[in-house]
Amino acid sequence: MTSADLAPRAHPQQTSRKLRSAIAMGLCWASAALGLLALTLILGALLWNGFAGLSLDVFTKMTPPPGQSGGLLNAIVGSLIMTFFGVLIGAPLGLLAGTYMAEYGRNSKLTTVVRFINDVLLSAPSIVIGLFVYEITVLQMGHFSAIAGAIALALLVVPVVVRTTEDMLNLVPGPLREAASALGLPRSLVIRHVAYKAARAGLITGLLLAVARVSGETAPLLFTALNNQFWSTNVNAPMASLPVVIFQFALSPYKEWQSLAWTGALIITLAVLTLSIAARILGAQRTSK
Amino acid sequence: MTDAVSQSSPSRLAHSGAAMQGKLAEKMAIRNLDFFYGDNRALKAVTVPLYTNQVTAFIGPSGCGKSTLLRVLNRMYSLYPQQRAAGEVLLDGKNILDPDQDVNALRARVGMVFQKPTPFPMSIYENIAFGIRLYEKLGKAEMDERVEKALRGAAIWGEVKDKLNASGLSLSGGQQQRLCIARTVAIQPEVILFDEPCSALDPISTAKVEELIDELRSEYTIAIVTHNMQQAVRVSQFTAFMYLGELVEYGETDKIFTAPAERRTQDYITGRFG
Repeated sequence: MTSADLAPRAHPQQTSRKLRSAIAMGLCWASAALGLLALTLILGALLWNGFAGLSLDVFTKMTPPPGQSGGLLNAIVGSLIMTFFGVLIGAPLGLLAGTYMAEYGRNSKLTTVVRFINDVLLSAPSIVIGLFVYEITVLQMGHFSAIAGAIALALLVVPVVVRTTEDMLNLVPGPLREAASALGLPRSLVIRHVAYKAARAGLITGLLLAVARVSGETAPLLFTALNNQFWSTNVNAPMASLPVVIFQFALSPYKEWQSLAWTGALIITLAVLTLSIAARILGAQRTSK
Repeated sequence: MTDAVSQSSPSRLAHSGAAMQGKLAEKMAIRNLDFFYGDNRALKAVTVPLYTNQVTAFIGPSGCGKSTLLRVLNRMYSLYPQQRAAGEVLLDGKNILDPDQDVNALRARVGMVFQKPTPFPMSIYENIAFGIRLYEKLGKAEMDERVEKALRGAAIWGEVKDKLNASGLSLSGGQQQRLCIARTVAIQPEVILFDEPCSALDPISTAKVEELIDELRSEYTIAIVTHNMQQAVRVSQFTAFMYLGELVEYGETDKIFTAPAERRTQDYITGRFG
């Protein structure tokens, strides 16, 4: 090799490559900026309009009749109740199913089938879930109810929890399980005392994500819990929820209702944001160990 | 007793420090053991004894089946449906490969320390107490005592006594491995299996663990798989050399490393292959 070989040479192709690279980079930047712009506009409008209507009344008064002022108390409490029961029903189901898939039936046919169906369920439009639950509960019981709403939410919680449980348990190193077995622990205790502990942060993250997912759902509640203008904690009766109230109020012509819808949207967004941040922090703790 | 042992002269036994050569008791006996990963035969008619209060080292190149053999002794392989053993492994005369053998009861008697330290995701104290609690109901004071005893037994008490509530994962690799040994010792097994216990450790930690193995010998029967031949010489009284799933030679460690009977053993220990 001579020194001439080592000297930089200007390839004719090089300028065109650089140009193409610059164009591609520019397009990427523009797309990212566009996406970010849309998000910023939405969040900006939400914060602007939401905070404008935010007052103590929102948390202490019931949803008002048209043209009057009021709050969102019954909707907030309704959302909390139905989300709570939805998670209460859905999370254990998801946890147990995910545990089966990761621990007992890792390579079984059943696991493959369940995983496939779970993925379908995970991406199923929530309105379909709402209609399904309407069919099996509301029609059978003859009326809308909070319990039907909770069941619909539970069906949305299940696939999220199944997925995260399976993934997180699969991340628990095999040697750790073997080490626990080597002490003479039966399978069930290995899972309960060692695998769950090792995957704890991930499992909680999954649960928080599931809560975040369902707390903004409107369609499944529209067909099941419907809405309720008044204070009600009776799970056997229709119940208000934030998403449904937002849906109703936002489409109305009344100023007060529209303002409350903005505020409700802000409350949900902040709640979901908080949950997501909590989930992130927990996730980071898991990886740093 | 195998040929290799009966061949060895009494003087060699005395030299190896096994002063009780007349009364070497067979704690475990592996007889004609075959092992299969699916259709793949990983062990071929292996026969080897483990003597009470002696350290038996298993050496050989990677893939020779020494770790596989160890994992038969506590039925670790039973966790995996594709794996299967045939032959006999006697523990105090009872065949542990019998289908009616309670594997968890067996694992309480035959403990295992793994290649990589595997502390449980809990406090140092809990790492030890957790196993004890499985078998015994103890009060707080008694439990504290047992935990201390186990940690002392694994030569790690001094390093952790002020931070028993810290996570087991916060310890260094060498400390974690001694914690795992403490955890194994805590449930008072009769046999301890070491699967390359020092391969992830630095030389100082390795020396500590080796010293510990030598001390544990007075109370337990020990089997150790190692890639490190000097380690086998340092810690063991008996050595089994394995190659391609077969037991090539078994005998006193001194004899295996100074005057092996088999050509393949000689080639391996002199570094000609492996």
